[in-house]
Amino acid sequence: MIPTHRAQINRITADARIDTSRAINFFFNGKRYQGYLGDTLASALLANGVNVVGRSFKYSRPRGIVSHGAEEPNAIVQINTGKLTIPNLKATQVELYEGLKANSVNGWPNVEFDLMSIFGWFRRMMPPGFYYKTFMSPAKFWMVYERFIRKAAGLGRSPMQFDPDSYDKLNQHTDILVVGAGPSGMLAAREAARTGARVIIVDEQNEFGGSLLASTQTIDGIKASSWVKNLMAELTKNKNVLMLPRSTAFGFYDHNFVAVIERRTDHLGDSASGLCRERIHRVRAKQVILATGALERPLVFAHNDIPGVMLASSVSNYLIRYGVAPGNRLLLFTTNDNAYQTAIDWYQSGREVVAIVDSRRNLSGAMYEAARKLGIEVKSGHAVIEAEGGKRVCSARVASLSRQGNKIDGLVEKLDCDLIACSGGWSPTIHLSSHTGSKPVWNESISGFVSGSSREDLLLVGACNGEYSLTGCLANGAEIGCRAAESIGYQISAIETPRFQVDELEELPQQTIFLVPHDKGISRAPSSFVDMQLDVTADSIEIAVREGFESIEHIKRYTALGFGTDQGKLSNVNGIGILAQMLGKSISEIGTTVFRPAYTPTTFGAIAGRDVGALFDPERLTAIHRWHEENGAKFEDVGQWKRPWFYPRASESMEEAVHRECIAVRNGVGILDASTLGKIDIKGPDAAEFLSRVYTNSFLTLARGKCRYGVMLKEDGMIFDDGVCACLGPNHYLMFTTTGGAAQVLAWLELWRQTEWPELRVYCTSVTDHWGTVTLSGPDSRRVLEAVCAGIDLDNDSFPFMEWRDAIIAGVDARIFRISFTGELSFEINMPAHHARHIWEALMDSGEPYDITPYGTETMHVLRAEKGFMIVGQDTDGSMTPYDMGLGWVVNKSKEFSFLGKRSLDRSHMLRKDRKQFIGLKTIEGSKMLPEGGQLIFDPEEQIPMSMQGHVTSSYYSPSFGHPIALGVIKGGFSRMGQIVYCPQPNGEIISAEIVNSVFYDGDGARQNV
Amino acid sequence: MLLVYCPYCEEAREEEEFTYGGEAHIKRPLSPHTLTDEEWGDYLYFRKNPRGLHHEMWFHNAGCRRYFCATRDTVTYKILETYKIGGPPKSPSIPAGADG
Repeated sequence: MIPTHRAQINRITADARIDTSRAINFFFNGKRYQGYLGDTLASALLANGVNVVGRSFKYSRPRGIVSHGAEEPNAIVQINTGKLTIPNLKATQVELYEGLKANSVNGWPNVEFDLMSIFGWFRRMMPPGFYYKTFMSPAKFWMVYERFIRKAAGLGRSPMQFDPDSYDKLNQHTDILVVGAGPSGMLAAREAARTGARVIIVDEQNEFGGSLLASTQTIDGIKASSWVKNLMAELTKNKNVLMLPRSTAFGFYDHNFVAVIERRTDHLGDSASGLCRERIHRVRAKQVILATGALERPLVFAHNDIPGVMLASSVSNYLIRYGVAPGNRLLLFTTNDNAYQTAIDWYQSGREVVAIVDSRRNLSGAMYEAARKLGIEVKSGHAVIEAEGGKRVCSARVASLSRQGNKIDGLVEKLDCDLIACSGGWSPTIHLSSHTGSKPVWNESISGFVSGSSREDLLLVGACNGEYSLTGCLANGAEIGCRAAESIGYQISAIETPRFQVDELEELPQQTIFLVPHDKGISRAPSSFVDMQLDVTADSIEIAVREGFESIEHIKRYTALGFGTDQGKLSNVNGIGILAQMLGKSISEIGTTVFRPAYTPTTFGAIAGRDVGALFDPERLTAIHRWHEENGAKFEDVGQWKRPWFYPRASESMEEAVHRECIAVRNGVGILDASTLGKIDIKGPDAAEFLSRVYTNSFLTLARGKCRYGVMLKEDGMIFDDGVCACLGPNHYLMFTTTGGAAQVLAWLELWRQTEWPELRVYCTSVTDHWGTVTLSGPDSRRVLEAVCAGIDLDNDSFPFMEWRDAIIAGVDARIFRISFTGELSFEINMPAHHARHIWEALMDSGEPYDITPYGTETMHVLRAEKGFMIVGQDTDGSMTPYDMGLGWVVNKSKEFSFLGKRSLDRSHMLRKDRKQFIGLKTIEGSKMLPEGGQLIFDPEEQIPMSMQGHVTSSYYSPSFGHPIALGVIKGGFSRMGQIVYCPQPNGEIISAEIVNSVFYDGDGARQNV
Repeated sequence: MLLVYCPYCEEAREEEEFTYGGEAHIKRPLSPHTLTDEEWGDYLYFRKNPRGLHHEMWFHNAGCRRYFCATRDTVTYKILETYKIGGPPKSPSIPAGADG
């Protein structure tokens, strides 16, 4: 057993929100520590006096905990190991549980002694864009450099195994969604719920209460924490309210759609196995109330990144909420009254306040007086210009400041301290409102960006709306809660809105300082860090400006400001302010960068939810699927369908199986499951007219019992789908589509039927899944069918090619179509899907004397290619007309109605002689295969770039001929028969091929017509 | 993700049930062959793409499978109305006040 490393030296167990009777053991960077139930990893580390929690990204400087929430830039940890590991969590957001193992994501060999920190000594040699500038040439070496740079720069490591946890998604519809359960949000929720409105209130923390959890104030005479408890009790009792703690609203999308991730088990550790780890609530709300609060802004001064420099509000939080004093001797550096509370809290905890350093002159007001009354020294008109120390602050250099706060105008003195709490004011947390596209607006009076949204269904309340006093937040929350409910039709009671009695001191205006001056100039002074996570310093912004960058969007990308996992929550506004100062512009002129979802990192597991593995995409199986499985078929995905690809026997390779299947169809008989073909049932008095409008050929003359091959065009004249259509009876047709095109064809038919020709009386119904389709193909197919078919004569005179008949096969009603996709005598049999396997097996039995051979899609493709039958989407690409494909015979231009696409066929471009045309290709060196997609050229000696003349669309080895064949499109192909084209390969080889007719096999179609 | 009111189902449903159908109220010329290539090209390829109100078609793909029209602000994505095929829109195609 590893001994507990250190006692909790910084724990002061005053009235905090932790349970000191429940000790929890945890590990950080391999050492064992103890904390209490209610701690975060950050508060427990501070309690144990751990100063260095990570190394910085670029210079490997030692870094400590700065904040207490989602804004934390430094304390980035990797939790657990193996398949349960989670990278890049913020220690400030990780709840402690027994046995928790956490490690810093940076630092080698460890964070206390990091060899990479040598980079820090050469900081001036690593300006922004350092890697790009330094490792620029030779260009191809970047790949080599990159491997080392990535290793030095990376954050956490992603898990290498499958995620064993389960995740859910829930759809929530609510009247009002309140984001943030601080004082404003909770009151808004309460007032709205009291009207009867349905309310969801979410908060990213484990407890509701927000700032009140670390407040010493009283509301209506009771302690803030008790006041929260009472409010919680009321909300819990109201069945219209859904309360979601540990839930982050991370994305705000159109029409008040908000994505909320609820973390259900991460705080439980191992005890939660088997539970759903996280779930995403997809919330659609009539009103959204943002009560997301504000983030305190750090002050940017020299060496402000040394461990022991923290946000003032965070110091108070650790003190009051967690019972942890993160140091002994506090120096407070502030530009505002609000942070005085931290010095007062610190003083009351019994530890030493060295001084309050306030940038403002001529101080007065209640907060100032309160601090003075306690005997705390206040240095007005002063600034901390530099922190000193290595792995912990040991002193601060303090100097008198000019009135504008941009120059030092007095002597520098040194104050010993081990904790510098700083506050540069507050920034409203307006990220979610920005997701909706509204631009933030700079508000000078609060020195922060506020939401620019003016939507009626989105309300902002409290600190995220720039209201910082507790009295104001409570009143604002109550009012907005009522207003939101009223706006969607709920009655608010006539009783006046509640008033609150809060012990609150009035605060005077703050001063705005983005960059604290130093006694040396900016480029010679020690680094002042703006973005601690990515090591962006004030002087790197200056360098960017000097190199000509002006737009904040460009500065962001050049310096990496705000690009870390914290998304610049602490750094963006300071960066914008510093840039404005350097360019001599106003903040409004600079503007902000765009906030995008997610507010905090969200796991892929939660986003995927249950849609993984077999549930990722539905699989469609034919009614004969099990037979194929039982008989060893290999499957191919065609859209969502699983289709038999080929049926290998024993140790056959794919090539061998396909060869055998092809020969069987050509010489004997094969059987194919074609159930996936799209089938659309078309009915109505105007059905024939409708078909004549959507196909290029006429269907008005098609009699019952007959089939016709048809091609459909888009209005631009390009082939969209093809297939056979049969007349089943008066005003009744069955349209076959390609497997992949079925859904689009139906939507296309509906588009024209519903929007352009509503006067046509015709209805289209998808019957793809209702009918199984089994194709018998080959010279023996008639004999196989005869043995099981009753009621009709199958000879060529009684039942010729391109006709269909009702029949009874193996005792079951079926339709037989004499159509062929292989070029052989074929019977395509349709039967109700539940009879498909029965008929398939009956045919297998009757075919046994003929060695009937099941064949798959690969053989089907080879056979159709030998016949030169195109596959839409493989041999065509949306730029081919029927003429280009040699299908002029299927276009009937004498039809009265101008069918879809007809006019386009006469556009000038369509009449060009050098359009790409569909041809066959035979390689000169007989055994060579042309690769599909290979580009074709006329002149192999031509300079690069060569002129592309066409490409190969289909290429197979043909068992019927014993050599490869290919199909392709080539400019002016029809008039180039017999010419040689060339297909250059990546390895320098050039394959030459002869242009031939696309129909290789049985050119006059005799074999299918017997 | 948009919330779309289907005028046939008379319910507001999630966008994932629908397919976008492009600009509405484009009439197919009755005699295509009397048009010049340019005129036919205008019908085929040229669309309004306004910043502001847009009349467009939607297809209730996973619902009633009917096409209908919507008037949507292309800046705010607010859908002002949906109406059945053949019906005129209530809102004219003027640019709306954009939010942000």
